[in-house]
Amino acid sequence: MSAWEAAGARLAAGEASLVSLWAEPGAVHLALFEKGELGHLAHDCPTGRFPSLARVHPPALRLERAAQDLCGFIAEGLPDPRPWLIHGAAATPYRFLPVEGENLHEIAVGPVHAGIIEPGHFRFTCDGETVVRVEERLGYVHRGVETLMAGAALPLAAQRAGRMSGDSTVAYALAFALAAEQASGTAPPARAVWLRALMAEIERLANHLGDVGAICNDAAFALMHAHCAILRERVLRASAACFGHRLMMDGVVPGGVARDLSPAGVALLAGLAHEIRAAFAPLARLYDMTASLQDRTVGTGILHPDLARQFAAGGYVGRASGRDFDARRTPGYPPYEQLAFTVPVLREGDVNARIMIRIREIGETLGLIEQILARLPEGPICAAWRQTRGEGMALVEGFRGDVFVWLRLEGETVARCHLRDPSWFQWPLLEAAIKGNIIADFPLCNKSFNCAYAGHDR
Amino acid sequence: MSALHFLPPLLLQGAQMALVLLAAPLLTGWVRKVKARLLRRRGPPLLQPYRDLLRLFGKEAVIAENASWLFRTAPYLIFAFTWVAAALVPSFATGLMFSWTGDLIAIIALLGAARFLLALAGLDIGTGFGGIGASREVMIAALAEPAMLMIVVTLALIAGATQLSTIATFMLSGVQGLRVSLALALVAFVIVALAENARIPVDNPATHLELTMVHEAMVLEYSARHLAMIELAAALKLLLTCSLLICIFFPFGMANAGDAARGYALGLLAYGGKLALVGAILAVFETAIAKMRVFRVPGLLGAALMLSLLGLLLLYISRGF
Repeated sequence: MSAWEAAGARLAAGEASLVSLWAEPGAVHLALFEKGELGHLAHDCPTGRFPSLARVHPPALRLERAAQDLCGFIAEGLPDPRPWLIHGAAATPYRFLPVEGENLHEIAVGPVHAGIIEPGHFRFTCDGETVVRVEERLGYVHRGVETLMAGAALPLAAQRAGRMSGDSTVAYALAFALAAEQASGTAPPARAVWLRALMAEIERLANHLGDVGAICNDAAFALMHAHCAILRERVLRASAACFGHRLMMDGVVPGGVARDLSPAGVALLAGLAHEIRAAFAPLARLYDMTASLQDRTVGTGILHPDLARQFAAGGYVGRASGRDFDARRTPGYPPYEQLAFTVPVLREGDVNARIMIRIREIGETLGLIEQILARLPEGPICAAWRQTRGEGMALVEGFRGDVFVWLRLEGETVARCHLRDPSWFQWPLLEAAIKGNIIADFPLCNKSFNCAYAGHDR
Repeated sequence: MSALHFLPPLLLQGAQMALVLLAAPLLTGWVRKVKARLLRRRGPPLLQPYRDLLRLFGKEAVIAENASWLFRTAPYLIFAFTWVAAALVPSFATGLMFSWTGDLIAIIALLGAARFLLALAGLDIGTGFGGIGASREVMIAALAEPAMLMIVVTLALIAGATQLSTIATFMLSGVQGLRVSLALALVAFVIVALAENARIPVDNPATHLELTMVHEAMVLEYSARHLAMIELAAALKLLLTCSLLICIFFPFGMANAGDAARGYALGLLAYGGKLALVGAILAVFETAIAKMRVFRVPGLLGAALMLSLLGLLLLYISRGF
């Protein structure tokens, strides 16, 4: 048994969890999380054939389909060989999985939706109002990021990493910077490390605030949406004032950060944290006390903890279903080992649990922002870049879950880079969570997962 | 009797019909405005629904290739049915010409016919959303209509007629005093009215989520003048329901047939004020609660049915059969 297949066996046995699987010309790579550590395994396949791990470990399925699409490989024994990211790759028309039975009807939704959201196609098979199966089809925003990255100069590649998914731009830029720094052996200065954490927490805060309101809005409770949108807007405006961009795009660069935070900025953010803490508490109570809203969220779209564990679901999706994982804690990266925070975990796995995790995380994030602002070290914000060859990888906790980046540097250029969005392991779980629910509850479930389209489609 | 005798009532009736048609989009705009203010938004201008209708009338209609004649004619029929129904409801004055030609049951039948056509039109194109919308609409209608009829029976027994003008005059006379049955009928009526008009908690008129829609799902394929007719009909229906509520339960200030011009002016003023109040209450209610799960709606409408039935029973008990 090769090391590749042995890793597959450990994944199937639940001894390790899958972080990512990707291909480059001549080799397939596997990233694993095992015994509290991040591991990497490369498997040479000069013939373009490799043994499929999805045979034994289903979470690898879509990653292997993507590897087939992007590099022309063949995953031997892949249970579902249809293309995934690239729609024109197959000669035959795409076939959705068949569903048989009496009284079933199909409903096609998307890829273009009525709201201003990203494109994705959902094929529902329903028995009346009850969903028998939903099958996702993604890849509509595939941009070929991995190919665009290959051979790009480091600053350009860092910019592109920050454009994987607009709502997680800091998380991606941070993961890319950490991986690049590991590859080159550059150590960012202390102030930069803390400023990065500050930006990452502000990004988390803005997204959680926006989404708590947006989920409630999908249950037609617009009041929560209106109030949360105001708070999110305040965070974004403060980001623009402090870091020069509402989403803090290109704020994190390899070697440090692009912009320093002025003492006035520290005061502004401290005031903001205080204000949001005061303003959000009544909103959390409003959510908890509105019976008609609770009636919609409690018991809807339950994700079983076993599935969350098997798929190593990151972020609030996993934590609402009993998976106690946070990349800031394990494997961990600075400066979080010096900061006090708890990771909320629930076991119910329904829409309500996912909202509650986010509500609690807002409190934790505000605490982190306050700690960082109080203890922000002085000094330079960017280190001189060491030019070397090497490989590096990093796992960073974005608001949605753990963002993974692996790259190989050759001097000033990126030879190959792979970025994996947490949604890769959350999208399949959405299919599982909606099963048996009514179709009118799908938007609510979908919003509570809030998986990325652009980040996933790379 | 000369033709001159018919002219003033006819003019008055014409004025009432024009009034409901013209005021309907304003009521919709008003509800939207109040909702926006409650959500700390500025909201669209009050006249926005009129502008939307004008815009829609000016557009080219896009019709699916497999649409039948039904799809094209349904909007006009729906509009006509709703307008006629709205004309039968006394708004600012009782005893208008047409109000003797049709009673509450006729109004319910007209609205039922409009709904039937809309559901057929939703199915006609054969899209998944139209089917979902039609099936949900019919499920809601199957429960809302019996409840509505039960309310009518309660009212008819109290007022001794199903004619709205008679009911309104009876309520104005103060003979009935405060009746528990009437209160129960009012609650039941409000629930049915929310369902009939596709409001929260049964449906969300402002949603963009196709999968959760009821009314909007059926009209997704409509555009231009067809959509304008349907939107106008929806606005008319909201006005009609509010007018019904006002006419049956709060008819004070209404002008009577044969009143002087001053009576009509006062009636008009009272009507406008009451409409604004009902619209504002609707907006507050819709802001305060979330939408219901689809399968909870039968429970809600069942409650309306039970309440109206209870009202009826109480009536019999209090009268000693």
